[in-house]
Amino acid sequence: MRNRPLAIANGSAVPFGDIPQFETSIFLETILDATAHSWNVSAYFGMPDRDETTLLCVLTRHTEGVIWVVGAKTREASFPSIAAICPQVQLFEREIAEQCGLKFNRHPWFKPLRFHPSLVPGRDAWGRKSGEQPPVGVMDYFQVTGDEIHEVAVGPVHAGIIEPGHFRFQCHGEEVFHLEISLGYQHRGIESLLQGGPHPATLRQIEAIAGDTTTGHAVAYCMVMEALSGIRVPPRGEVLRGIALELERLANHAGDLGAIAGDVGYLPTSSFCGRIRGDFLNMTAALCGSRFGRGMLIPGGTRFDLTEGERDDLLARLAEARVDLAGAVNLLWDTPSVMGRLEGVGHVPLQTALELGLVGPAARASGIKRDIRNDFPYGIYRMTNIPVASAFHGDVCARTMIRWQEAQKSMDFVEEQLRQMPAGNHAAKEPCSVSEGKIAVAMTEGWRGEICHVAVTDASGKFSRYKVVDPSFHNWPGLAMALREQQISDFPLCNKSFNLSYCGFDL
Amino acid sequence: MLRAILARIKQGHRTMPYPAAPLKMPERFRGYPVQASLCKSTALSFAAPGCPYGAFDTAGEGSLDLGKCLFCAGCQAGGVEFSNDFSLAATRRENLIVTPESVRCRVEPLSKELLKLFGRSLKFREVSAGGCNACEADINVLSTIGWDLGRFGIQFTASPRHADGLWITGPVTKNMHQALLATYEAIPSPKIVVACGACAINGGPFIDSPQVLNGTDAFLPVDLYIPGCPPHPATILDGLLRLLNKIG
Repeated sequence: MRNRPLAIANGSAVPFGDIPQFETSIFLETILDATAHSWNVSAYFGMPDRDETTLLCVLTRHTEGVIWVVGAKTREASFPSIAAICPQVQLFEREIAEQCGLKFNRHPWFKPLRFHPSLVPGRDAWGRKSGEQPPVGVMDYFQVTGDEIHEVAVGPVHAGIIEPGHFRFQCHGEEVFHLEISLGYQHRGIESLLQGGPHPATLRQIEAIAGDTTTGHAVAYCMVMEALSGIRVPPRGEVLRGIALELERLANHAGDLGAIAGDVGYLPTSSFCGRIRGDFLNMTAALCGSRFGRGMLIPGGTRFDLTEGERDDLLARLAEARVDLAGAVNLLWDTPSVMGRLEGVGHVPLQTALELGLVGPAARASGIKRDIRNDFPYGIYRMTNIPVASAFHGDVCARTMIRWQEAQKSMDFVEEQLRQMPAGNHAAKEPCSVSEGKIAVAMTEGWRGEICHVAVTDASGKFSRYKVVDPSFHNWPGLAMALREQQISDFPLCNKSFNLSYCGFDL
Repeated sequence: MLRAILARIKQGHRTMPYPAAPLKMPERFRGYPVQASLCKSTALSFAAPGCPYGAFDTAGEGSLDLGKCLFCAGCQAGGVEFSNDFSLAATRRENLIVTPESVRCRVEPLSKELLKLFGRSLKFREVSAGGCNACEADINVLSTIGWDLGRFGIQFTASPRHADGLWITGPVTKNMHQALLATYEAIPSPKIVVACGACAINGGPFIDSPQVLNGTDAFLPVDLYIPGCPPHPATILDGLLRLLNKIG
């Protein structure tokens, strides 16, 4: 038995047997030791079998760009929890408990996550009846008691056209002492659907994990499939994927900048950006016919190519959008009433961000330089460098500014790539045949942050497990912490500054 | 303040002239299928891989169910052709099924009584019941200055009590079923129901997942079906304007 974790590269596959299976204590010590030395838990999940559960943990260290995979097996009905000393795994442990029916001893917040029946019939971490849908949102919420303490419950249905989720605030007057977020309303059972795949419908389900991150998740899935079947994407395909990824980031960042302006009541930027967001979506539609990049990607490359005329048209539209976006966003920094509302609100300190393992713009706004495009480069990012923007204030203002800085870098990138499109094919011709008994790990930087897909194939080349970790899974606790000691009326603003995905979390 | 005014002048007037002037769709946009392409030979060449969502029925002449279709371009290799026509919505579920001979049935306007009530002001309460935020995002787009849905008297409201209709996105997850029904109950009668997107119509990419109810048809009376994954804002607006008899 190997006694060291296995280091693998982003977007590669190795024989599953090469993953070291540690004793429980060594497995947990490895995770604790690594996270204490600024490693991140990118994925932690269980693979239930009839009488045992295999636990796998994907640890990543951004400074060196190393991915470790470690495993452990247990035949017990319970497993020791390390959530109290390693908050990064708090949600992961609850997820494993809910899916595999494994009870985590001494977990400080041991409650369901998505409110679905256990995936292993007859094994339930909370001793509930087999196969029954547990009532969603019914659990013990953390409560603050005392004179003048009151509780505010919001959701699942919210006021706007947004996804459902339940929020419980413990308040003292206007001040929020604690916020607990309970999700699961959007649970569509995606991981169960992916099992036994790849099916013909798999890629479309991946694209709809989080609709606004269609390309981010689709690229991760295609990387998994390419690693498992040994296909190489031609350079032109990689460039087109990079352009689609950055257009997705641009559309969402532009939309968020407008929405944040709207939440502080500054209508000029709000209305301009709402429209400019559409300009970027329309550029994606020019690439593939769908404003959200649906149907753009296939394992091996992209479904659509770009003609020279289309390229020139995109360049012209990008130049126009750049002027419009700069004009709209720069108004924010020049308006004292806007800055007064953004600065100092929803503060997440660096230490908290590190302990929770935040990812993406939310992490970078708190001073963590963490970006998969830079730290674990994949696709076209292996050839070109996108500077990582970071701030250190950790407030709404920092999360707003990060978006604008990233948007500028993305526009530079798209322009550069459009100008120097490599010749050749945009997709590899080989058909996909998935190799057996492998594990593949793929990470991409979606506009919300790190997306991690892990696939394990069985002896017939089917997915025996396909794990998806959306950036929102890491970041929802960050929003809860941002609300501490804030006015409850600042919740919409803080929420918008994170703009997390409900369905990406709920899967 | 001066800067804001200057920016306003530079940004200009951006509300599109549609429906007074036609709308230009992206070249690769996949809209109403070319009926002639749904012929027997296409059915044969496409029969082997088949449509993973059951949208393309290869039995007989071949038919495409727009309510199940994700417009994913997967069947273009098999010979199914899509036109640029974004007018896809329908008032009846069966009108979404396209065959080489089918007569195209677009959205029928509301009844005279309902038009009298809703014709100049129609408010929706939107509920995402497992929607992936793509449908939701493109509904939000309709309220931006580019589309300005408000100019037609159509708005989305925060409270179901202020609404005239329920707007559903998502395949209806088991965990949202109760909240969706409660919202429907909270809307005063008479009310209409809109199923927006492939998920809300028939489950979309998540059709037959044990955690979803395959859309709204089984338990709510739907007045407007808007196909797409997600529907283009133009498809949504076209459906709404036809429902209110503002175009036809």
